[in-house]
Amino acid sequence: MVFIVLFVFIGGTFWTVASSFTNIKTLPIFTPAEFYDAFVGMAQYQRLWRSSRWIISITNLGIYGSLYTIFAFVIGFWLAVLMDQKIRLEGVFRTIYLYPFALSFIVTGHVWAWIMNPAFGLEATVRGLGWETFSFDWLTNREMSIYAVVIAGLWQGTGLVMALMLAGLRGIDDEIWRAARIDGIPKWRTYIQIVLPMMRPVLVTTFVIVASGAVRVYDLVIGLTQGGPGLSSQVPTIYVYETMFVGALAQGTAASTIMLLATAVILIPWVVVEFGKKQQA
Amino acid sequence: MAKPDTLTIEPSGPLPRPMFAPGRVMIYAVLILTSLYYLIPLYVMIITSVKDLDAIRYGNIFIPTANPTFAPWVKAWSEACTGLKCSGLAPGFYNSVSITVPSVIVSIAVASVSGYSLANWPFKFGEFFFTVLLVGSFVPYQVMLYPLVIITREMGIYSTLWAVVFVHTVFGLPILTLLFRNYFSSLPPELFKAARVDGAGYWRIFFQVMMPMSVPIFTVAVILQVTGIWNDFLFGVIYAGPTNYPMTVQLNNIVNSLQGVKEYNVDMAATILTGIVPLAIYFFSGKYFVRGIAAGAVKG
Amino acid sequence: MAMKSPSVSIRGLALSYGAVSVLQNLDLDIAQGEFIVLLGPSGCGKSTLLNCIAGLLEPSEGQVFINGKNVTWEEPKDRGIGMVFQSYALYPQMTVERNLSFGLRVSGLPKDEIEKRVKRAAEMLQLGELLHRKPTALSGGQRQRVAIGRALVRDVDVFLFDEPLSNLDAKLRAELRVEIKRLHQKLGNTMIYVTHDQIEALTLADRVAVMKSGVIQQLDDPHAIYNQPRNLYVASFIGSPTMNFIKGEIGGTVAAPSLALGKGDVALKSYASKKKLGVGQKVVFGARPEHLRLNAGNEAGLSDAFDAVVDLVEPMGSDSLVWLKLANQMLSARVESSQIYKPGEKIKVRFRVGLSSIFDAQSGERL
Repeated sequence: MVFIVLFVFIGGTFWTVASSFTNIKTLPIFTPAEFYDAFVGMAQYQRLWRSSRWIISITNLGIYGSLYTIFAFVIGFWLAVLMDQKIRLEGVFRTIYLYPFALSFIVTGHVWAWIMNPAFGLEATVRGLGWETFSFDWLTNREMSIYAVVIAGLWQGTGLVMALMLAGLRGIDDEIWRAARIDGIPKWRTYIQIVLPMMRPVLVTTFVIVASGAVRVYDLVIGLTQGGPGLSSQVPTIYVYETMFVGALAQGTAASTIMLLATAVILIPWVVVEFGKKQQA
Repeated sequence: MAKPDTLTIEPSGPLPRPMFAPGRVMIYAVLILTSLYYLIPLYVMIITSVKDLDAIRYGNIFIPTANPTFAPWVKAWSEACTGLKCSGLAPGFYNSVSITVPSVIVSIAVASVSGYSLANWPFKFGEFFFTVLLVGSFVPYQVMLYPLVIITREMGIYSTLWAVVFVHTVFGLPILTLLFRNYFSSLPPELFKAARVDGAGYWRIFFQVMMPMSVPIFTVAVILQVTGIWNDFLFGVIYAGPTNYPMTVQLNNIVNSLQGVKEYNVDMAATILTGIVPLAIYFFSGKYFVRGIAAGAVKG
Repeated sequence: MAMKSPSVSIRGLALSYGAVSVLQNLDLDIAQGEFIVLLGPSGCGKSTLLNCIAGLLEPSEGQVFINGKNVTWEEPKDRGIGMVFQSYALYPQMTVERNLSFGLRVSGLPKDEIEKRVKRAAEMLQLGELLHRKPTALSGGQRQRVAIGRALVRDVDVFLFDEPLSNLDAKLRAELRVEIKRLHQKLGNTMIYVTHDQIEALTLADRVAVMKSGVIQQLDDPHAIYNQPRNLYVASFIGSPTMNFIKGEIGGTVAAPSLALGKGDVALKSYASKKKLGVGQKVVFGARPEHLRLNAGNEAGLSDAFDAVVDLVEPMGSDSLVWLKLANQMLSARVESSQIYKPGEKIKVRFRVGLSSIFDAQSGERL
């Protein structure tokens, strides 16, 4: 059974990559002869990079991916450190920070769409309080819509980073902390110069999870902005979906091959760590 | 004795501390403020869902209504329109149930057995197999979308519930297999050896030795799968076919339906209804949920 | 010689977590340059006491003085202590050199002074070639030497050791034990050393504090701890194989007390008791295996002979342990390995009463 699944994964990936070098539109092809006949080299990729819609998508992915990853890490680590200060009600705080992660991206998208709704949401509320010029129109503002996606994404995802980091912090031997106190190293320096480097495996794994999750972002955008206004918050996943099933199959597979490459790049640091571990053992 | 007796207050016992040290106050202040960021959407979602439309139009989204009504919930469940049909979320709920239940059972059954094989019955290419699984759990779904369309079509199940079940099983397997493999590897190998010496075979060891010790990991896997599958949107759109759309897709269609007046209260009620199953699982299984993501994520 | 002012003093120290009391009203004076070992089973409070001295744990009550200064409220770094941990607790991402110098750098010590101290510590502990390696590239013994070095560079008067050898294998443990003892001789610092290993305690210590449930049971030099245990607990905890205990009642007369054993009596006249033994008093008679003599003649200091049967023999290399049955009691005797005994053999046993211990059966206190 697992072998079949493996076969599906490897075969499917292979098929997708191969078909991205062809000009197929709606009907899939299978035999080498068919592939040979349909072969167009890099044409799909050239078309892809000439498409303004793809350029917007990949730029947005860059913005979303980097901001989401950076903020999720900074906020998540920071929260984890605060949670690590032997606080009361730790369980309550953790439950609060983590519950969005249990929700569907579609749910998250719609909730934030409502909160950021310019007519009724935050903007209207603040204006109602007397600040008439206050503006929070990210959802309808072409310049800002992708940042709205970042806010909603962080709401859903930082709890996960916090939980992973907290698990990492708790995994640090207590004697390290004692040794640092005897050495007179201030707490913040212990966190940054001793604990953080010790958490490298956790950091790398978390990075891979967070960043590869960012590449896959789809439902959140659909729920929040539907890629709009206009094309302003398009992401590659939407591009794939909207080409693959509307008669530009090879365009879609080419775009998804790029996503595969992006994921592969993200996996590199993790592979290095894993490989390094094996060498040491 | 070298006891200094010149000090007016002799330090003794614990260092006296003010009840509210500024550092502690800061920590709690930050934690509480951040909690608000996480809680406000839930709060807004709930209060909006029990307002009538007038209260929404003339009220403030952060202020609850004085006259709560459950009409939006009823409407969201059984009357709200998704384009042509006006049967609310209910059909989506039943679809989601009939997708989730078989997907969870099949994927966990297969993954636990393969995890067990990987952990205890070393075979050729085991390492390679393991690596492919790891990488497989990170492959973007988009790469596999079309091949799976072809496969389900060939199997004759495309646009049926079974196509979604199949796809969820396929995508759930890598990460679940890893989860089970790591868990089974962490059990003492002596146990497995002792069972073999006692003459137990492959299946007997699995069912009578390993399974009884693995309740926690099965719980974790079930939670992971139920929430993951329930929350899925993409596969539902592509493989289920319009009559079988799961709840998430129905929700999206209701909210984005352009007919008539925009009923934000119904939208929010529908949103809560869709989120309620995974939220309930989360709140009732807190510890296992955290363990699940930690185990699934920080491996080894 | 005038009494030196104590290096570390503990006054009325207590620590409890809610209703659970870990340390109880504890007093302890440790002289300058003394090597004190806190010995006890896990959970006896020995590590807690050490952590209180270090300032890593806050006592619920009481005071800690180091070099005459009340440091109860001081931060660990300001107490003039260095500490070595069981898990070494080296900073894994830093080289040995950085590990040694990190604390000094943070405290803002001048560079040349840091260099001087690191060099000195490296020389003393033979770490010279390892300075640029990371802890992962070191063996367990080397890591522990680095950990000791980290305490050394702090240039402090008091060293604290928290089960430093427990993670090492038996051979390395013996080697490092010698090294620590040598270090103590060379430096002459006060050292407080926590362990559950009585061999470590007896070999290293000037004085051993045997602890149980947060209370020091006996504080004495190793010889006294071994030969004159103050109560039943210390007697049974120290010594391997353990002391033989025989329950009984004092008989005979006040002038010539004895203990009924089987068909005969053990005359206790040669036992130097602290108090007079009362006739009829219920006691526990304790004799270490080496204080049982098998088939010996009527020499001075030996009791009458008792009939016994050999049950089992455990050869242990340099000597053998003979388990024997005497009046329904199992006793062990240590004999030279050249003496061969066979199970079932009938033998005569005599006790070296003068070296034995007698405890009150009720209070467990030594009489």
